[in-house]
Amino acid sequence: MPFFLVMGGLSSSFILLIVLLLAADFIFISPHEFKAALLKPEIQAAFRLTLITCTVAAVMSVWVGTPLGYLLSRYRFPGRWLVDTLVDIPIVLPPLVLGLSLLILFHLPIGNWQLEAWLRDDVGFPVTYRWPAVILAQFSVACAFAVRTMRVTFDQIDPRAEDVARTLGCTRGQAFLQIALPQAWRGIIAAATISWARALGEFGPILVFAGATRMRTEVLSTSVFLELSIGNLDAAVAVSLLMVAMAVVVLLLLRVLGTGLTA
Amino acid sequence: MIELRDVTVTAGQFSLQQISFKVNQGDYGVLMGQTGRGKTTILESICGLRNITSGEILICDQNVTDWSPGDRQIGYVPQDLALFPTFSVQAHLEFALRLRKRRAKDIALRVSELSNVLGIDHLLKRSIIGLSGGERQRVALGRALSFQPSVLLLDEPFSALDESTRSEMHVLLRAVTESTGVTTLHVTHSNEEAEALANRRFVLHDGVVSEAAQVV
Repeated sequence: MPFFLVMGGLSSSFILLIVLLLAADFIFISPHEFKAALLKPEIQAAFRLTLITCTVAAVMSVWVGTPLGYLLSRYRFPGRWLVDTLVDIPIVLPPLVLGLSLLILFHLPIGNWQLEAWLRDDVGFPVTYRWPAVILAQFSVACAFAVRTMRVTFDQIDPRAEDVARTLGCTRGQAFLQIALPQAWRGIIAAATISWARALGEFGPILVFAGATRMRTEVLSTSVFLELSIGNLDAAVAVSLLMVAMAVVVLLLLRVLGTGLTA
Repeated sequence: MIELRDVTVTAGQFSLQQISFKVNQGDYGVLMGQTGRGKTTILESICGLRNITSGEILICDQNVTDWSPGDRQIGYVPQDLALFPTFSVQAHLEFALRLRKRRAKDIALRVSELSNVLGIDHLLKRSIIGLSGGERQRVALGRALSFQPSVLLLDEPFSALDESTRSEMHVLLRAVTESTGVTTLHVTHSNEEAEALANRRFVLHDGVVSEAAQVV
């Protein structure tokens, strides 16, 4: 009995904190104020841009995270520990530092050449302080979570089946595509949803690398910041609650699909 | 025919030095020895799943040492069977044939023939999830034999089966290998299995493979 009292007491303190945080937000704002805030054109534009950028960042994260997670799970190669460490850097790096690093990367002069200038002038696809910067900032962090999730997924899949497939005539690529990948579908969904949720909460790198221009690079996380900065607390709380609802939907989706948050 | 000439293979701290032995065309050889002495490593080396440090591996008089696993024409049944969880029984039997781009009619004919011989024709549409141990063994054997390999390698495939199912599988395996004439190397701990199936018996002891007295 004392065991459950101690363990339950410690556990419930965290659960209680989350419940109180959400309850405080709900109590603070009336349904009328909530609706009015969400009907603002800036917030609606931010909502649309958030949906698009989070989805693109999640798809890109799974696209890159699946092969990288597979390589890290299946193969021992020189420098593997370094790759493994590099993947975690976006997770542990302060968000503002990540944004600043992206900004420097795109504007660093290498002789007479500069990545941003090349993209803008030669390719016709400027990035910094535009919507592609939002996606890249979100992807930089979300992909690290996708790699971790996919690595755990492939660790849990027995590689023997892929070995047998190779004796039957598969190349390594065919064994990956036809044997490993179909078994990893739950992990892929988990990686996509975790990446999406992570992209939703991204703020620091977006602010530094994409800016917070209303109707252009404003996503919901920057909406909260912008509304707070002009003293509109009701709108900031309304957007926060909208983000909570979106996060809950994503987490419920994970639970319904039975994927669990294993990474 | 399977022949190993002075094969040295290293796996971490473990290594086998200059292993040589030969299973003649159409023979059924068993490889016996204590657990953890490298029997599976030898099979994986023959399959091409493990790189050897030196020596040569010959399949049907061809040096396949540098060939990829898929080019060696070897049917392999590992100890854990390693069935494909997302595949049906039928898909297992079709898999190697589809990779070889056989005609649909030929694939259907081969699957029908093989499933009849193995007694799994009523299971073709089933997923492998929920199959009994004996049924899973038959599927793994069918998958390995589907493309009519020149060599069949079996790594303790019946160790998890009850006695009566094991006896059934011995009868089936003997019938299949005799009818196809496939050269077989079967790793086992069971003397009974060796006596029931083999006509050549090899023993791995202290890193050396030697041929025991001829069984049949």
